[in-house]
Amino acid sequence: MKEKIGVLAVQGAFREHRQVLEKLGAEVVEVRSKNDLEGIEGLIIPGGESTAIGKQLEMDGFGERIVQMAQAGCPIFGTCAGMILLSKRIEQSKQYSLGLLDTLVRRNAFGRQVASFEADLPVKGFQGKELRAVFIRAPYVLEADPQVEILAKYEDKIVFVRQGNILATAFHPELTEDTRVHEYFLKMVPDKADRKEQSC
Amino acid sequence: MTEVASWKVKTGLAEMLKGGVIMDVTTPEQAKIAEEAGACAVMALERVPADIRAAGGVARMADPTVIKRIMEAVTIPVMAKARIGHFVEAQILEALGVDYIDESEVLTPADELYHIDKHKFKVPFVCGARNLGEALRRIGEGAAMIRTKGEPGTGNVVEAVRHMRTVMSEIRRLTTMPKEELMTAAKEMAAPYDLVQYVAEHGKLPVVNFAAGGIATPADAALMMQLGCDGIFVGSGIFKSSNPAKRARAIVLATTHYNDPDMLAKLSEDLGEAMPGLEISTIAPAERMQDRGW
Repeated sequence: MKEKIGVLAVQGAFREHRQVLEKLGAEVVEVRSKNDLEGIEGLIIPGGESTAIGKQLEMDGFGERIVQMAQAGCPIFGTCAGMILLSKRIEQSKQYSLGLLDTLVRRNAFGRQVASFEADLPVKGFQGKELRAVFIRAPYVLEADPQVEILAKYEDKIVFVRQGNILATAFHPELTEDTRVHEYFLKMVPDKADRKEQSC
Repeated sequence: MTEVASWKVKTGLAEMLKGGVIMDVTTPEQAKIAEEAGACAVMALERVPADIRAAGGVARMADPTVIKRIMEAVTIPVMAKARIGHFVEAQILEALGVDYIDESEVLTPADELYHIDKHKFKVPFVCGARNLGEALRRIGEGAAMIRTKGEPGTGNVVEAVRHMRTVMSEIRRLTTMPKEELMTAAKEMAAPYDLVQYVAEHGKLPVVNFAAGGIATPADAALMMQLGCDGIFVGSGIFKSSNPAKRARAIVLATTHYNDPDMLAKLSEDLGEAMPGLEISTIAPAERMQDRGW
């Protein structure tokens, strides 16, 4: 059975996530407003500008609906700006956040664009070669509560985490050919038969 | 292995800007208004294009003080303009740490023959184009993002529409050509052959393609998005209007919801005066900014 995954398409690299998900056989819905969330079984919040995306999540109970879905168990995956928007605390910022990850993140933590980079990362539980990770004006997790599982670090900085049904990367797996992170996320979507009730 | 400023990282930032609006600003206060309205980046300038047009004379890179103050005021990416061919202005902008350089026809060109060798830089570049050949030449030189030229500072979208339609139709034409015709197409449009092959195969540019030059209303932004661009630059259109904060917000939302006419109708209500527009035919040929560069 095809999973129906929403990709938040307010601003940012939503097209790339769509392409990866479709390659993996998922059905993709572009989510631009609250109504588009109906019937999806998972949601990806892409990279982009976290302030620009946050401004739109603040409107019309859009973000609140995402939070309700997450609390009911709907898997949510944020990349880069998505990680910032998921984090409960954002260093030196009062911007909007969904507050679903018990973390403190630092924005533009590696510096401005001229410091953006690619690197190979070992990821907990991933078989085979290291994961090529693309960091663009990327954040990282400064502090994570014990319930947050750390899946990867780059030079001691936390860049890949999971807390229950919430997954987040500081880097952009949608910009490389390696689909393991998206496969990992799709495995977090419960089989329809096993689900007691509609979570999303 | 860690690789800084790779091609992927340069084009990647442009990918992150998609579906967003990049706004020209001249002060930290304007930059904050833009950020608050939901801009995905700002372009730091001393004067917006409409004022550059009015002032005449030689327009150069902005004073670094202006750019630095704007960089301190916001957390979103900050772009700045260098003159066409002025690689030292670009070196200075890179040293300042701007996130993107616009090698721009809005400023007076410093070189009438050659654009900047953009591959040499760590900071990525955006360049203007009126047609596919021009876009591919700029990408060949290392531009990691393309935008239409339009006619800056006019509040008149007609030239941006012309340029976007031209690029899109030329892309479509390449995708239907048999392979043996591609070299001749490359020769005719004076574009690098490998990039012509890429476009023929993928049906799109290898980098993000924004609309710029003359966008003044939410409807203009949505029009350009429906014509197939990836995002919007607004130059004079916001801070030359009577209610910049409201208009900026409306253009941002129109860029996301470009396919929703009910939403666009709501967004277009009660925005106050748009910037005064300029009819293109009233501009003397020598003053047309889009004809700068080749």
